[in-house]
Parts: sequence; C-alpha cells; structure tokens
Amino acid sequence: MASVIGVDPAQAGTARAGSMRGDRRRALIWSYVFLCMFVVFFLTPPLYMFITSLKSSAEVGAITNPWWVYHPTLDNYLALLTSEQYLTFFRNSAAVSVIVVVLTMLISVPAAFALARMKFWGSATLATGVFLTYLIPETLLFIPLFKIFAFFNDTFGISLINHWWVLVFIYPTLTVPFCTWIMIGYFASIPKELDEAALIDGAGYFQMLTKIFIPVALPGIIAATIFAFTVSWADFLYPMAFTTSADQMVLPAGIVSILIKGDVYNWGQIMAACLLGAAPPLIIYAFLMDYYIAGLTAGATKG
Amino acid sequence: MANVTLRSLVKHYDETPAVRGIDLNIADKEFVVLVGPSGCGKTTTLRMIAGLEDITEGDVVIGEHVVNDVPPKDRDIAMVFQNYALYPHMTVYENMSFGLRLKKVSKEEIARRVENAARILSITELLDRKPKQLSGGQRQRVAMGRAIVRDPKVFLFDEPLSNLDAKLRVQMRTEIKKVHQKVRTTTVYVTHDQVEAMTLADRVVVMNAGRIEQVGAPNDLYHSPATKFVAGFIGSPAMNFIPCGLEEAGGGLRLNLGGGIMFPVSEERSARYRPYLSSKRLLFGLRPEDAFEQRPHLEPGQHAFEVVPEVVEPLGMETLVFFAIGGVEICARVNPDCGARPGAPLKLVADLRHMHLIDDDSGRVL
Repeated sequence: MASVIGVDPAQAGTARAGSMRGDRRRALIWSYVFLCMFVVFFLTPPLYMFITSLKSSAEVGAITNPWWVYHPTLDNYLALLTSEQYLTFFRNSAAVSVIVVVLTMLISVPAAFALARMKFWGSATLATGVFLTYLIPETLLFIPLFKIFAFFNDTFGISLINHWWVLVFIYPTLTVPFCTWIMIGYFASIPKELDEAALIDGAGYFQMLTKIFIPVALPGIIAATIFAFTVSWADFLYPMAFTTSADQMVLPAGIVSILIKGDVYNWGQIMAACLLGAAPPLIIYAFLMDYYIAGLTAGATKG
Repeated sequence: MANVTLRSLVKHYDETPAVRGIDLNIADKEFVVLVGPSGCGKTTTLRMIAGLEDITEGDVVIGEHVVNDVPPKDRDIAMVFQNYALYPHMTVYENMSFGLRLKKVSKEEIARRVENAARILSITELLDRKPKQLSGGQRQRVAMGRAIVRDPKVFLFDEPLSNLDAKLRVQMRTEIKKVHQKVRTTTVYVTHDQVEAMTLADRVVVMNAGRIEQVGAPNDLYHSPATKFVAGFIGSPAMNFIPCGLEEAGGGLRLNLGGGIMFPVSEERSARYRPYLSSKRLLFGLRPEDAFEQRPHLEPGQHAFEVVPEVVEPLGMETLVFFAIGGVEICARVNPDCGARPGAPLKLVADLRHMHLIDDDSGRVL
C-alpha cells in the first residue's frame, strides 16, 4: 500500500501522458472498428458482383461456395462488349448524361448567380422554392409527367414516349434544383466586395459571372457537375417508365430488360454489365474527388 | 482629375436614415478623410460616390456631371476595399490589369501602366503571385495598385487599413500619403481612426449620426473644434470635459469647477462667454497636454491647481496622470520626471489659453 501512496511526481506525470495516449488509442480503435464495418457494408456488394461476373451461368447455378470462383471466365464481359444492344445502352447513357450535365450547368449556374447576387423582388422565396422542388420524389412525378406527355401527344401530335432524348428533358427536373441550390450556397460565400470591385472595374453582370464567379466557384461547379452526371447516369425509374424499345434504352433500364428474360436471370452478365456501367462515374470521381469534397465543405462552412 | 461635390445628400435604408443631408466640396487633387464612429454614415456616403448605393435625395457631382444615375464603371473612379477584394484566381498582374482589359486597352499600354504602378508601390517582384501567397500589407498594396493603374478621376478608400496590425497600419499610412503625393488624384478616404484621419488628410470631415459635424484642416479641428463631439473625437487621449459654473468675480468672469478649483477667464474670452452666465449646463474642455506639471514660472493664462492622482501611467516619453474633479475622471500629461505618485498630492498647471467652453445642451463650443 505504502508504495502505491508514495508515487513520485515524475511517474505520475508519465502515467497521465500514458492515459492520454490510451485515450487516443481507444478512439482510434473505435474509429477503425466503424470504418471497417463501413467498408464491409459498402464494398461487399461490388465484390460479390465482381465474383459473380467471373462465373459461367452453370457455376452460378451450381451449389458451390458463392464467394469463390472455381472456373473464372471473361465470357460475360466478352458477350456484353460484343453485344450491339449493350453498346447502344452505353451510347444512349453517355449521350443523355453529357447533354443533361451541359444543360443543367447552363441553367443552374446563371440561375444561382441571379438568385444569390441580383437582389430582386421574390428572389429569396424563389431560392427556397427551387430547393423545395428538389424534395419532391420522382416516384410522385412520373405519373403526372406521363399525363403531360399524353397531353402533348394529343395537342401537338408529338410523341414523347419511348425516345432516349426525352430523358434529356426529364432529368434536369432532378438535377437543376439541386445544382442551383448548391451553387447558390457557393456563390453566396463569395465576398460581396468582389462583385463591387468588378463592378467598379467595369464588368457587367455577364462578365462578373464568367470572369469572377465561375472561376472562383469552380470547385462548387465541379461538385454540381458530378452530381448531375451521377443522377442522369444512374437514374432507374424514369427510363424504365418512359422508354420501352431496346434501342432507346439507357444502361440501368436496359440491363434489367435484356438480361432478365422472363424468369431467367442471367446473373453473370447482369453483374458484369452493372460493373461496366459503374465504371465511368467511378473514373470521373477518382479524378475530381478532391474538387468534389472541397466544393461540398465550402458550402457547408460558409453558408 | 476632378473635384467632387455632394449636394444635400440623403440616404435611407427603408425607413432608417443613414445619411441625413451632406454638403461637401472636394477640390481637385485634394485628400479628404471622412471620419466618425461606426454607423455615422461615412461608408454609405463613400458608396454613394462610388455608385454602389442608390441615392435617396441630393446629388453627387464628379467633375462637371451629376452622376446619380451613372453606373459605377462609368464614373471613372477606383475603390480600395477594407478586405482588399482581390480576385483570388488571378495573379497580381491580372488583378491590376482586369479593369483595363475590360476596357480593351492595348497590351503594351496595360503592361506600361501596371509596371509603373508596381514600381510606385514596390510590388514589381510580386506580379506573378496569387493573392493567397501575399501578406496583408502586400495585398493592400495590390489593391491600391489596381486603383492606380486605372488612372481614375477619384480614388475612394473604404477603411483600407483596418485589417492590418498596428505596426503595418502606420507603415501603410505613410505609404498611402506618399502615393498620393506622387499621383495627386482626388481622394476620399473613410476611416474610424482619428489618427489616420489627421495624418493623411488635407481636410478632415468629421461625421456623426449621418451629418457632418465639422470640416477643416487637421490642426484646425484639433485646436478649434466646433462641437463637443469633434472636441472629444479628435485627439488621444481624448479631451477632458468637466461640468463647470460660470460666475462673476471682481469685474471679470471665472469658472468654478467644483472642489475648490476656480480659473479666471481671460478678457478676450469674457466678452464671448458673458451671455452664458446664467447657463446651468456648461462644460470646461481641456486637452490632457494642456494640464501639466508645475514649472518654475507661469506664463500668462496658465494657472496652478492641486490634485491627488489616482492612477499614474508612465509611457516613457510622458506620463499620464488620472485624477478626479467633482467625480469626473481627468487626464493630464506630465513630464516623467515630475515624481507623480498615486495618492500623493501633485501640483499641476492648466494652460487656459487652449481651453474650451462648451454648451452641453447644444453641444456647441462657445
């Protein structure tokens, strides 16, 4: 007992430092525990997809270990990459996404600039309204959209059903509000004096936007671009609802319709098709991730 | 180069008045400083000159023209902002040349002007850097450079030094004065720092609550303030104000400060002050440097009195002594060697040639 009471100060000091280290260790251990859970949770499906995509239909159906490939094959990938249909989906997806991104940016960047900077009657309400639009889920919208298309068909004789390019007009209803909203936040974080300096330097609103706001807010614009691209690349409901023939389909809808024949699921090809389809956004993320994070956090702290 | 005239300038934000009628003539090449406490309308006035703020009533005239409805870019002005407002994605060179590029000035002319401005401000070696790589003082120089290259009719400065630390502020103050001596452009400068105002200005405009209190050369404001506000605002430490009575004594007048301290009023002042004999609310105003330690002989107009210092603050070159007269704290500037100690009676001299008598009801200096 005596030795316990007579702890010398130096030792007490190191004990305290030690407990600090222990505290940090505990925090780190828990961080890793949760990070690992997170990784397992999110990476297991792609891993399982990858494993399955390397299997033949026979092996998928056989009762073997589902987490191991005994006879790896690239047949699924080869079949898809030589399939005219699959490549059509890819082309349609690419065309739709690129056009939607361009369209979205052309609308939401000037819109956000106007809402953030040109104070006009109702601009604040309008800005909130833009965001509320985004909160309405597409599952509620596709039936009214169908009605509108039918009305169009009846009145003007223009059929909007079953064309890939129709998606170009539908997707912006999802992307424009959100992109406008993040851009408003981003533009609002640019100090007011910057536009006043530009104003005095002789810039009009258009030059202020192109020469000052867009370059300064580039990270935010890239974040918005990535979002618009992801939405239009991955949306499933609208293409399922509005396109029916195989040559008009985009990837998410196409994979489901051609690779599931009746009740026969061609799992190997489905998985390969999904992985290939996920590649473009993945590559884009890898290149633009830093910008994306910078864009999101800037809006978060300065808004 | 141009003069600037403000005629009955008024600004209301919704119903709140910010500027309540300002008349001011700024001569060509003049350096005018608008100074006042925050909320006095000085920045609003400057922004109306710049065209960044709508004018509720009155006129702004630059050169020959009323510019009320002229957009900022056509007013031929340049402005330096408090937070510099440099374009973060452009280099110093691009920042400085932005306005000229928008005006489609030839490349050679731009290069010539930017290099000239950079030389004046000694930032030639910074031209390729981005604002992020610059220190506060350097950014301030670039902001000034951006104004100089435009060769405008009027420079507007909106508290340009308040983001800098104390030492750099003094340095940049001198720098701004030097630049003005070289470029000689009409300048309107806004600050809340009276030292900045005094050191820079040809003329200082003291503003309070949306109105001009007084306009004058720095020394005139210091020695002959027109109002209590100006008297208290200009000078540091601030002027002492002591409630006093004005009474008749042996054919002349005298001031009774209470606590047994009485000062005779000189003859030339007596005539001026006589109408206020019955006034109840008078203030005796004396700057700290006009109350000092006793010296071997008194000059006419100097009068000795005795106080008990409460606090003594040595500053090296001088010592500030604080004491109370009639419950009001008073500051005097004395020689560090005069042996002032808290609690020990001290003989001081008031130089009444520099005193002021203020009517506290109207705020006017009599």
